[in-house]
Amino acid sequence: MSNTILPFGPQHPVLPEPIHLSLTVEDEVVRQAVPALGYVHRGLEMLTRKKDFHQMIQVVERVCGICSMMHAMCYCRGIETLMDIEVPRRAQFLRVIWSELHRIHSHLLWLGLYADSFGFESVFMQFWKIRERIMDINEATAGNRVIVSVNRVGGVRRDLSPSQCWWIGEQLDEVETELKAIESTMLDNYTVKKRTVGKGVLTKEDAWELGAAGPTLRGSGIARDMRELKYEALDELEFEPVVETGGDAYARGAVRFKETLQSIDLVRRAMARLPGGETAAKVKGKPEGETALRVEQPRGECMYYIKADGSRFLDRLRIRTPTFANIPPLTAMLPGIELADVPVVVLSIDPCISCTER
Amino acid sequence: MIRTVFKNFVSPRATRPYPIEVRPAFEHTRGELENDVSGCTFCGVCAKKCPSACITVNRKEKTWRLDPFSCVYCGICVDACPGECLFHTTDHKKVVLHKIPVVLTKEDPGLEKPEPGPA
Repeated sequence: MSNTILPFGPQHPVLPEPIHLSLTVEDEVVRQAVPALGYVHRGLEMLTRKKDFHQMIQVVERVCGICSMMHAMCYCRGIETLMDIEVPRRAQFLRVIWSELHRIHSHLLWLGLYADSFGFESVFMQFWKIRERIMDINEATAGNRVIVSVNRVGGVRRDLSPSQCWWIGEQLDEVETELKAIESTMLDNYTVKKRTVGKGVLTKEDAWELGAAGPTLRGSGIARDMRELKYEALDELEFEPVVETGGDAYARGAVRFKETLQSIDLVRRAMARLPGGETAAKVKGKPEGETALRVEQPRGECMYYIKADGSRFLDRLRIRTPTFANIPPLTAMLPGIELADVPVVVLSIDPCISCTER
Repeated sequence: MIRTVFKNFVSPRATRPYPIEVRPAFEHTRGELENDVSGCTFCGVCAKKCPSACITVNRKEKTWRLDPFSCVYCGICVDACPGECLFHTTDHKKVVLHKIPVVLTKEDPGLEKPEPGPA
């Protein structure tokens, strides 16, 4: 049987964002996958020449809608490092709370899309129903549902009152109960396992060699989470990276599910230890020098390189997003699987193409 | 599974019959951007700080112009306004047929800024 080349994407019912894969198939089995990107490039990094370093916070938030808080937090941390600003402890805790809320809603969104990719629409709707509570928390505390715009250089722009913390705790209890109710459906169901176990296997060695990041890496048995760098208030909040050893689509799903529960716990503990005091430090002067720093996004490690020359505008801003790191592992996962499993495996890396192309 | 089926019969519905029932907005929701021009000095700080360049202020002619379709609802202008005359309502922008910018002058009645509620 000769090989056939099938285009997958950029427009495909299962893909939320455009990525093109040229799949070389033999019968129904994928032999090779060649990705092509560049459909949604926006040139956000170039905007550093037009927007000053304060305005760039709102630009980097739009690199990725789902994890906007982490982008802005990483950028602000970079600028604060360059300007030697000490962020108040309360602001550091608030940043952790909002970033973990973003992780929860990103994972819930993905779990829904993932269930939809193998045709489990009712679980898809259940996950999105649960996610709505987190969106409400974002809107009630920060003002917007997704792009919360709470970060500023030197701290945060919003604060949480004790009554809001109490209400968030109540909502998170509900989220946890609802999640636990569908835990067995997602992790211990015959049909779900049939569609995900053993699909798109990425071995531990391959994951390391190809530079996978985030749940894709942890699903292959490597305990590597950038939150272990103890940035912001994470030095006071102990946690263990969630690791699965299967390396398949099921393992990656299980990592995200368990991480959602872990993040709920982190938010609770951060709220319990929330210290008093200011939420933002005074900012004087302009950034100068260069720095590179990393944060853990829902999809994995995100790296920012910032170079400033002491003017209002940054000299250079380079962002490496986790999906960019996860595309080479994706091309290693696809060979050997059947064509019907391609959507599940592609979605299992949680592709965020707008992040990747910026 | 049978348990779930029966539970679903008696549990309340998960969705809201919108638009008959509308969820009340949260107090801090950043809805439409408004300017209470009676307190505006047309200093132009909002225009300088705006990351999406949606505000233009003409200090000579004393006009404040907003393109609500470029606004990203970040609230930077509201935080920066020295006269505290800018504010967000809790209502989202309505659907329109024509994209007309908002132009306010000192003579315009404008919308009065509401008193802040309890935190």
